[in-house]
Amino acid sequence: MFPPDISRLPVILLRLLETFQMALAGTFIGIILSLPIAVLATRDFSPHPVVRFLTKGLVSFCRTIPDLIWALIFVVAVGLGPFAGTLAIIVDTIGFCGRFFAEAMEDVEKGPQEALTALGASRTDIIASAVVPGAMPAMIATGLFSLEKATRGSVVLGIVGAGGIGVELQVALDLFNYAQAATIIFVIFVLVLAVEQVGSALRARILVSGK
Amino acid sequence: MLSRLDLKSQQSTIGSGQRSPDFDLEISDLSKRFGTNTILRGISMSVESGSIVSLIGANGAGKSTLLRSCIRLIEPDSGSITVQGKQLVGAAHRDLVFVRSKIGFIFQKHNLSSRLSALSNVIHGAQSRRGGPRTWIQAFAPKELREEAMDMLAAVGLSHKALSRADQLSGGQSQRVAIARALMQRPRIILADEPVASLDPSSGFEVMELLIRLAREHKATVMFTTHNLKHAEEYADRVIALKGGLIAFDQHASQFSAASVKDLYV
Repeated sequence: MFPPDISRLPVILLRLLETFQMALAGTFIGIILSLPIAVLATRDFSPHPVVRFLTKGLVSFCRTIPDLIWALIFVVAVGLGPFAGTLAIIVDTIGFCGRFFAEAMEDVEKGPQEALTALGASRTDIIASAVVPGAMPAMIATGLFSLEKATRGSVVLGIVGAGGIGVELQVALDLFNYAQAATIIFVIFVLVLAVEQVGSALRARILVSGK
Repeated sequence: MLSRLDLKSQQSTIGSGQRSPDFDLEISDLSKRFGTNTILRGISMSVESGSIVSLIGANGAGKSTLLRSCIRLIEPDSGSITVQGKQLVGAAHRDLVFVRSKIGFIFQKHNLSSRLSALSNVIHGAQSRRGGPRTWIQAFAPKELREEAMDMLAAVGLSHKALSRADQLSGGQSQRVAIARALMQRPRIILADEPVASLDPSSGFEVMELLIRLAREHKATVMFTTHNLKHAEEYADRVIALKGGLIAFDQHASQFSAASVKDLYV
């Protein structure tokens, strides 16, 4: 295992980039989709208790099934490759962000909502003008956690054929090429560490500025 | 005192009468109870168009409940509320929204979206007549809305703070932005629930002066609650006092005196 074999480093870095792209795209799309889902899961803005119950059930379902299983399902559905991995991350992100976004929306100060209700604003306008701005710090922090989680998760997804650097890791291990596996593990560690550090710095900045 | 309260609870006399286009707001036999605590006990009153009415009374007398009931932020248990001829109690949501759009409501705490700019908050006032993404933040807003909102900020003396975040404004400035937001509605009626309670006396007088001046300029009817009797005397045409959910007295401001309120806060 030591010293690490860096002969395939360019290919490994390319796969690493693909892994990060999967994580980034999956998290971004997942966050966008989580917004309306979270609104439907809130006490104040869900159009009906049944809708709220079903939406919360859907979010719990997305969260209950591990991302690896989602990846297996999507590999069967759309074939091998990063698209399956991205879909798995989207679903996993919805499970994570859908819940926390809904809680953040329920926790925001009610005053601005009341002010807009009093002037006859529509429900959509109230959500966009008073609820989302109020919940934004918590939502950004949750989104960054989600990206960190997706980056770690996307590494493993490759092992089941869902694209990214996991494929390289699996091949290296299958061929008992531990020196190359060490290189792969090291670059994964650097990527995860970098995403966590940037995420922590951004979160600290958002929370310290109060908002 | 009790008999006086009983009499006044039946019908507030000044400016009252049959429904008429001259009345912007007519309240009849309005009652509200929270659990076992009865807050409003059959309040009846009418507010003439263009008049300025002050509601005074001790904490828990029912001032805020009455004001909030006027736009059904609090649902009354019984009675009727007619705003510019439209019955509000039992009205469909669409009608309720229409009536609310004509009423500017100013809260004790400004209730601005703290992370958005003063300008965005003022633009939100236009959501009473046109909603959608172009009213969510100033960057999306069409030119005419931005200009109108800037005019409103200029009217409250805060055009230089247009792009400041609401949470960076002082209490007085925030309340002035809230007034600008209410004016952005082009309201026919302004309801203000202790609009200067959280401000120091000097800022309080400034904000009250501004509110009343702008309301007169826009020919809006105003009803405000206050604990500051000087404000009631100085700015209102008419003073209505509540005690224990009943109208204790209803006087022209010129008749209002310290003696009038002797029993009010006991």
